Amino acid sequence: MTLRCEPWARADKRADKESLFSPQVRAEIDQWIAKYPDEWKQSAVMAALRIVQDDNGGYLTEELMNKVADYLDMPPIAVYEVATFYSMYELSKVGTHKICVCTNVSCMICGSENIVDHLEKRLGIKLGQTTEDGKFTLKEVECLGACGGAPMFQIGRQYYENLTPELVDSILDSLEQDNGE
Amino acid sequence: MSEQQTITIEVDGKKLEAAPGQMLIEVTDAAGITVPRFCYHKKLSVAANCRMCLVEVENAPKPLPACATPVADGMKAWTCSPLARQAQKGTMEFLLINHPLDCPICDQGGECELQDVAMGFGEGVSRFSEGKRVVASHDIGPLIATDMTRCIHCTRCVRFGDEIAGIRELGATGRGEHMKIGVYVERSVSSELSGNVIDLCPVGALTSKPFRYRARAWELTQYDSVAAHDGVGSNIHVHVRNHQVMRVVPKDNEAVNETWISDRDRFSYQGLYTDDRLQKPMLRQDGQLREVEWQQALLEGAALLKSVDPARLGALVSPSATLEEMHLLQKLLRGLGSNNIDHRLRQTDFRGDAANPATPWLGQRFADLENNQAVLLVGSWLRKDQPLLNHRLRKSVLAGGQVMAINPLDYDFNYSLSNKLIGAPADMVGHLAAVAAALGADTAGVNANAEAAHQAIADALKAAGKGLVLLGSVAQMHPDYSLLRLLANNIAQAAHVDLGFVGEGANSTGGWLAGAVPKAGEGLSFAGMLEQGLDACVLLNVEPEFDTANPAAMAGLLNASKVLALTTHLSPWLLEYADLVLPVAATPETSGSFVNLQGDVQSFNGAARPAGEARPAWKVLRVLGNLADLEAFDHESSRDVLEEALQSIGEIKLDNSLSNAQAVTARLVSADLQRIGGVPLYSVDMLARRSGALQHTPDGWKAGLYVCADTASQLGLVEGSSAVLRQGDGELTLPLVVDDRVPGNCVWMPTGVPGSELLGEGFGTVSLEKA
Amino acid sequence: MANEVCLRTLHLDRSWLLSTYESEGGYEALRKILKEKISQEDIIETVKTSGLRGRGGAGFPTGLKWSFINRSAAGDKYIVCNSDEGEPGTFKDRDILRYNPHALVEGMIIAGYATGSTAGYNYIRGEFWEPYERFEAALQEAREAGLLGENILGSGFSFDIHAHLGAGAYVCGEETALLESIEGKKGQPRFKPPFPAMFGLYGRPTIINNTESLASIPDIIRQGGEWFRDIGVENSGGSKLFSISGNINNPGVFEIPMGTPFSELLEMAGGMKDGYNLKAVIPGGSSSPVLPAEVMMDLTMDYDAIAKAGSMLGSGAVIVIDDRQCMVKLLDRISYFYYEESCGQCTPCREGTGWMHRVIHRIEQGQGRQEDMDLLNDVTKRIMGRTICALGDAAAMPVAAFIKHFREEFQYHIDHKQCMVGGR
Repeated sequence: MTLRCEPWARADKRADKESLFSPQVRAEIDQWIAKYPDEWKQSAVMAALRIVQDDNGGYLTEELMNKVADYLDMPPIAVYEVATFYSMYELSKVGTHKICVCTNVSCMICGSENIVDHLEKRLGIKLGQTTEDGKFTLKEVECLGACGGAPMFQIGRQYYENLTPELVDSILDSLEQDNGE
Repeated sequence: MSEQQTITIEVDGKKLEAAPGQMLIEVTDAAGITVPRFCYHKKLSVAANCRMCLVEVENAPKPLPACATPVADGMKAWTCSPLARQAQKGTMEFLLINHPLDCPICDQGGECELQDVAMGFGEGVSRFSEGKRVVASHDIGPLIATDMTRCIHCTRCVRFGDEIAGIRELGATGRGEHMKIGVYVERSVSSELSGNVIDLCPVGALTSKPFRYRARAWELTQYDSVAAHDGVGSNIHVHVRNHQVMRVVPKDNEAVNETWISDRDRFSYQGLYTDDRLQKPMLRQDGQLREVEWQQALLEGAALLKSVDPARLGALVSPSATLEEMHLLQKLLRGLGSNNIDHRLRQTDFRGDAANPATPWLGQRFADLENNQAVLLVGSWLRKDQPLLNHRLRKSVLAGGQVMAINPLDYDFNYSLSNKLIGAPADMVGHLAAVAAALGADTAGVNANAEAAHQAIADALKAAGKGLVLLGSVAQMHPDYSLLRLLANNIAQAAHVDLGFVGEGANSTGGWLAGAVPKAGEGLSFAGMLEQGLDACVLLNVEPEFDTANPAAMAGLLNASKVLALTTHLSPWLLEYADLVLPVAATPETSGSFVNLQGDVQSFNGAARPAGEARPAWKVLRVLGNLADLEAFDHESSRDVLEEALQSIGEIKLDNSLSNAQAVTARLVSADLQRIGGVPLYSVDMLARRSGALQHTPDGWKAGLYVCADTASQLGLVEGSSAVLRQGDGELTLPLVVDDRVPGNCVWMPTGVPGSELLGEGFGTVSLEKA
Repeated sequence: MANEVCLRTLHLDRSWLLSTYESEGGYEALRKILKEKISQEDIIETVKTSGLRGRGGAGFPTGLKWSFINRSAAGDKYIVCNSDEGEPGTFKDRDILRYNPHALVEGMIIAGYATGSTAGYNYIRGEFWEPYERFEAALQEAREAGLLGENILGSGFSFDIHAHLGAGAYVCGEETALLESIEGKKGQPRFKPPFPAMFGLYGRPTIINNTESLASIPDIIRQGGEWFRDIGVENSGGSKLFSISGNINNPGVFEIPMGTPFSELLEMAGGMKDGYNLKAVIPGGSSSPVLPAEVMMDLTMDYDAIAKAGSMLGSGAVIVIDDRQCMVKLLDRISYFYYEESCGQCTPCREGTGWMHRVIHRIEQGQGRQEDMDLLNDVTKRIMGRTICALGDAAAMPVAAFIKHFREEFQYHIDHKQCMVGGR
């Protein structure tokens, strides 16, 4: 058996890549492409999806995924595979602030259920839902590697640890005042 | 690791020889030891994901997958020890917990790998009492039915797309228990090899849509046969119920089709059962074709043949007719004193006939295509014309070889062309001459100007240890074919690479061997017949409006002569022009032989009952010969005919060398607007054209006049607007389609498709304007 | 002693800066190697001597792993660092990245030198944005100081490092899934053989080490293999980062010698919170078998001691379970995690994790059946050792261990349709 390790093949490479994304988005993706061997542009697919998702208010669309495929010379299905495999990509609209609450074992021991209850009551939504005003999405996530600060959640790029209902309130208060990150 | 060394392993106590690097399952398969498996397939990469082939290996702490365990000298393995069995049964249970128990309504029932293996390794009762997984399925087109709830995630279909079809359309999205095999975004799969996933799928998740709910596997009788739609001659099994073809599946033949078949070979059988299938002989009486009995029809046919001046008698035979049919037809014609016979029905330039190679062929064995370092395609959409030859060529590309093209359309391939020169049909001669010039070869009197791209192609060919210049079907339909052929020949010689021809149909090589061409100087070629006219014309499985190069000229020929047609289907033109039509058996209904493009003579028996009163064409020809009082038409079987044909052929010598070819002046000149012809893959023959499923795939021809955006705007036309194409006296009105694969100042309107019968030959000057 | 290796700079202000790191002997090892042209063999030998074992969880000897790569093979070779910290209970690599990223950078450069590699990638889980930024900043500092990139310190040795961000998939912590992920694919583990040392990233020879393993390298080189080995105990060389969490007074990361008694670690972590008593401990991350308190209190924190007790030191993630916790509920959550994170590639894990979770969840919800525990035990046996990667084992082991040690709690749930511990 011969072992092969090659990028996904795409024969119909798109020529007009400039038209796909804004110059800023392209520059950011290009920075990632530069990290990998020339023929392995697809290594930048995770970064590209993240960049494009951030640029689109936190979620991906079929059109955006196709553009990423075109930009990186990947078959679209290979991009869909990546976008549906990793949990940080959102495939439908999310709120301005995505609250990712860890409920895994250490957080659970330290009372994450109370935090979830409190969040659900305060926001009037259940896990997996978005508030009507589109400000908050509540998402249950797996261990975020901050068990020493359990219970915890992540909003945007920020970790919030050692949560109590009072602390949750003050975090949400400040986010509500600050419209959009 | 030393090469070619043999090592010895022991499996279930049996000593087996193996090669280093082989996987255990390859060795057990070769030895006939059964190891259950789902994801492993000999032609695909190893995935080791189903975990069904777990076996016990000495000194391994846990059972190992036989598909991903390389053999080592002295290795001891047990495929059915308690540990192995326990592991296999464990996997089986997991595979079944979410698999629906819908075998009674599943098309795979009776030929399901999961069902089979479950018989051996499954338990009678399930311990899983939770709800089973249900998966929504996408519609992926007219060929493949999807029931993804049945999927066991072996990923054979996904790997097939990536590794064999060369186009990754199916994927596995999501993860864990939620992983789904599919297209994710609803769309038809577009690979010309897509149907193979039906065979690959071990369960009923991917099944044949045209075959769906038509029959159960155990009701079918299987016949070996040979596919009739391209020059590969793929080996197939024809599955028949009540004497009708229910479906076609591949039969392994490593030297020919490996284990695959093209979608065209798989689904063209649908064309057998259409309303225009000819059921009874018909004779023109009082201007009308009327059904008559065979006896009368044959007598009338023989009388017609005997009544005409042999010099004014001609025969046109489908390049997909069997060797036996071609042999008897030419014997009949020549017995009657006529040498006017041809199978090159889509060729228009016969000026090079004096220099014709003895027996044109591919120039290389199919397997050798994989070893080329450089290949130049001239006028060829090989991917769609000959899907499995293209598959072989793709392997050469994966191994680092180059494929280059000089084409009148920017045909898409499932690999990257290292160089392509796309231009109007009239420019092809110049491009080819420039490559010749770059090689220092004779440019056949063509003014050649070698630019960097031509030089690059020349250099690649010259540097190749093994290379090929391949003249495709578009080249052979080109008005300057003789010039293209001479230039290709000069290039091949100068670069020391092979020259190859991709003939039309299933038996073009057989056409040359059997004498379904006029002998030099002794008879009329197809072009000669069109020019000089005939008093009587015999057609063998030819649909004249779609199977010939120049419908306008063809109509003139038919109009002025008596027409005797042996045919499977009664097309409108036959209805209009034929004087006598005799219903004959189509390929899966008759015995016969094809000679494929690498010269293999492959014989097959009839698999299904011919429609209505149709008879095998060889029998009809034999009786016509008898009734025409010709000698030696006493064959009792097609086998007799084949033996006679092979005897007269003698040793099969494939030979592509041109004898003393003369340069000619190019006929095709630059024009404001040129037509690009060619034949779409599902328009090549009567059966393919009549397969509804194939016509509804993305490769089915979508009626339209195709131009690039620039040309459209120059002509003041927009996508979808009605446009009229004029060629000579003919005109055709169709919606305009903007397609940037078409070069500027050209319009793509193939032959063989509805509307093309209103026009002349596939290439030449045309005009296009708003309708 | 504590915080002597990976967290050496922790006590200093802005511990993550190059200047801080250098004030504690940072990059001395690299300088010495390049200046004295220490041979690759010698470096690998030193790492072998140190007794350093893979800190990601598997505990494979690092020096031995390095020796598997064909250093003279032509073409690219890679060092890949696994900072995809995701095993529930583990949060040590995050602290290395945040507080001492230069130790990792230096460790990767040395690994690159010792294995003849051409480039390094650090796979950081996508949620770790702050650690990622710290790491990127460290790379930038190192490049500017001539410690990274072309012709390092004028030695002629060139090596660059790039960060790769994940996007949320526990399975990418499996080394071959991680490679697939860097290659722009789903993180589905590869079957082995071939091992990454032969056929790794982009099909090239590759060494993959955990963050903590690589960050330990500079001090091992600087202070000697014996020095590191002697910090720890037989078979468990050196010190190790332990992440300890639960209802304790001072949860966090502690870098302590291997072989330290668990009771001391618990004390360092401030002991149990008031009103909570120790019931059980998951000693090495959620996949390691749970051990009852009485067993745990007699154990030392090293590979052999924990293994002898029937569990694993794993990544050193100590989850302290107090007596207010329902073991059924905890297992329900843990089994849900593996069900959620199974990549779906191979049958036993894809199908088995969901099956186990559903049965456990049913028991937790008071709908268990008498035969369920036997069924679960049997299903774990059908998963363990049958999958492509270790995630199958990781999912099955806690199920077997929870039932083994706390069978009565499960039985109570089944019999009484409610929890023994209170609550429901």
